[in-house]
Amino acid sequence: MSNTTEFKNLLRGGEFLIKESNFQDLFTPADLDEEQQMILQSTNDFLDNEIMPKRDRIEVQEEGVTTTLLEQAGELGLLGLAVPEEFGGMGKDFNTNSIVVEAMARARSFTLSWGAHVGIGSLPIVYFGNQQQKEKYLPKLASGELKAAYCLTEPGSGSDALGAKTRADLSEDGKHYVLNGQKMWITNSGFADIFIVFAKIDGEKFTGFIVEKTMPGLSLGAEEKKMGIKGSSTRLVFLENVKVPVENLLGEAGKGHLIAFNILNIGRYKLAIGSLGAAKDALRQAAVYANERQQFKTPIAKFGAIQYKLAEMAIQIYALESACYRASDKIDNFEKKLLSEGKDFSSAILGAADEYAIECAFLKVHGSEVLDYCVDEAVQVHGGMGFSEETQIAGAYRDARINRIFEGTNEINRLLTVDQLLKRAMAGKLDIMSAAMGVQKELMAIPSFGAGEDEGVLTNELNAVRNTKKAILLVAGAAAQKLMTKLKHEQEILMNIADMIIDLYAMESTVLRVQKKIANEGEEAAALEIAIAKTFVSDAIERVGVNGKHALQSFAEGDELRMMLMGLKRYTKLDPFNTKNARRAVAAKISEDQAYSF
Amino acid sequence: MKFLVCISLVPDTTTKISFVDNDTKFNNDKVQWILNPYDEWYALVRALELKEANGGTVTVVNVGPAANDQVIRKALAIGADDAIRIDGSDDLDSYGIAANIAAVAKEGAYDLVLLGKETISYNGSNIGGMVAEILGQPFISYATSLDLNGNTAKISREIEGGKEIVEANAPFVLSAAKGMAEQRIPNMKGIMQAKTKPLKVVPATATPTLTSTVKYELPPAKAAVKLISPDNVEELVTLLHNEAKVI
Repeated sequence: MSNTTEFKNLLRGGEFLIKESNFQDLFTPADLDEEQQMILQSTNDFLDNEIMPKRDRIEVQEEGVTTTLLEQAGELGLLGLAVPEEFGGMGKDFNTNSIVVEAMARARSFTLSWGAHVGIGSLPIVYFGNQQQKEKYLPKLASGELKAAYCLTEPGSGSDALGAKTRADLSEDGKHYVLNGQKMWITNSGFADIFIVFAKIDGEKFTGFIVEKTMPGLSLGAEEKKMGIKGSSTRLVFLENVKVPVENLLGEAGKGHLIAFNILNIGRYKLAIGSLGAAKDALRQAAVYANERQQFKTPIAKFGAIQYKLAEMAIQIYALESACYRASDKIDNFEKKLLSEGKDFSSAILGAADEYAIECAFLKVHGSEVLDYCVDEAVQVHGGMGFSEETQIAGAYRDARINRIFEGTNEINRLLTVDQLLKRAMAGKLDIMSAAMGVQKELMAIPSFGAGEDEGVLTNELNAVRNTKKAILLVAGAAAQKLMTKLKHEQEILMNIADMIIDLYAMESTVLRVQKKIANEGEEAAALEIAIAKTFVSDAIERVGVNGKHALQSFAEGDELRMMLMGLKRYTKLDPFNTKNARRAVAAKISEDQAYSF
Repeated sequence: MKFLVCISLVPDTTTKISFVDNDTKFNNDKVQWILNPYDEWYALVRALELKEANGGTVTVVNVGPAANDQVIRKALAIGADDAIRIDGSDDLDSYGIAANIAAVAKEGAYDLVLLGKETISYNGSNIGGMVAEILGQPFISYATSLDLNGNTAKISREIEGGKEIVEANAPFVLSAAKGMAEQRIPNMKGIMQAKTKPLKVVPATATPTLTSTVKYELPPAKAAVKLISPDNVEELVTLLHNEAKVI
């Protein structure tokens, strides 16, 4: 990557809050290159030809079905996309991985088995393994000969991952670590050959280990009876005096948190874009059913109440999609920038994921909540049939629920979003404070009532994005100033701020994407996208106002509160827009294509 | 053995079909093109299997504009060694396409020319016979299996009510039907390699237009279905007699 111009205008993590972005720098699904399109096509062919026909057998965990499909995925190269070529993988960039994760998401339980293998199962070795470990394990993980699981959670430690009780003690001869403890909710555990296990050396130093199934002392509990993703294997993993050779220590002793948290950053991003793929599939099912099902001699897709649902699902998906691809490309570019500066493969991707840890955290929340909204409304569109396991949507509804829980609950990820923003501000990496001061100053000044610059059909929406940044800076700035270190104990306020940030990123990504489409194809071709952007911004800015109000009321009072509420109102003002008509137009397109088709 | 596989591009099966220019031309706008499944799944994959078993090379040939290159590269991703695109317009009739393919086949001295039994777009089944005629080679159509022993091929053909086994010596032209092979999904390595495999573009030779399309028509829309209760045989009989007029 010698082309330095490629990296210009690359906003650092969190900087979207205080800086403007240009639509020309935005990566969207329309920007896939030929190779990425072919990879996407192959992935979809594999899904349609091999996985979908076996869905019912996967769901009941019929012996050998999932493992055989994993091996077939390995033959196609779908297990080694993120593994470097020298270790039998494809060494594909972050964007290509994102595209495949989105496509695979409609395979329901199999998605999880695949995702756990290629993600949390294999990546710890890709990023933290030494040369010997990589040579030994990666080619077989990329081919599917070995299947992997990741063991972090314990009965007593979930969100508090570092509170793990599993111990590792060096044997007297110094050749082994002896592991004792138990791990819970372990995906793929029923058939995995390799377990990435976190344990504390001497009960103190949190460390990662590569444990093989054949090592005596490792045993499994029964399959968990889960609400959803029933086709994926989830068990307890018991470790009883398991002798793990010292050469299987992963990374450095006492540095297991680096593995666990870095892998989680990437995992969160993948969960977000996976939710996007699953949400699209829910909308597809709803659109097909709404056009097939007749009541009062009319397909229910012709009724406004149903059209609202189809449109709103599509609008939320569009916003999520815009946000996910934007963030993917930021990570992709930052990774390439680090590589061009001489960083090795692992440091580059980990550095990039760490840089955008804030985006990964809130996109995880955003993605899983859009998915839950979509599966819920898709069931509703199906009426009574949606409650029957004869339809796929009932299962999709159950499957979706876990996404708000794992990879850090949505509550933890909301806290992390604000926590990391503030940490960056403290460390001088993100100048939120001057920006917040600027907003305070602006509030004291007389507001300008004149018309701003005309930026075309999306002028109001572009201003709404700018104003939302100010609203967040107003609320977060005042909260930080007022509460100081006490802020971290006011979780309700942190939740409000995180929600405002999620809406901001989604609004801005959506508006930028539509601007790009208008620039490339003209306003007429982008008419529906314009309707989507206007509707989304119109609703999002209302939510920003409500969240801001809740937050401000929680810590300010009297004149100060009144002044800030007036400021908030000013920043969340938007000209009225007929969202009903806009949604009807979007719904008509969804009904025509019987799928999400933007 | 040198295989030449003819690959045609057809609209994706979900395409909404419409026409332009007074219903004399297919509307290409926003059409997603795919490889004709009979060419891809059967002719190409069987050629690759035979190459993998016995050695040789597999070349794919397509007649069409530069926009076809992306789809042609899928054939390279599946495993073809190289590709030739005859830079022709969409307006060529079957004879024009066949004459151009035959010229390429002759120049490359291929042992076997394979193609699908038909395209799923026009279902003409024209090209194979014409290419064989121009080359002066035998044409074996609707083949469901192809095995080679040196230069001699043993072929099963679909015929009315059964199958026919034929033997032929290369060179010949063969059109492949379902059963010949199974679809191969291009793997990631193949996709990455496809970018570096040769895709040669040669100009089309002018040929006389022997056929032209006068008009396209869409099939009539399906009429609504009437459901009759199983207890109500009388009504069924009445409707079949008076409305459908089939009894």
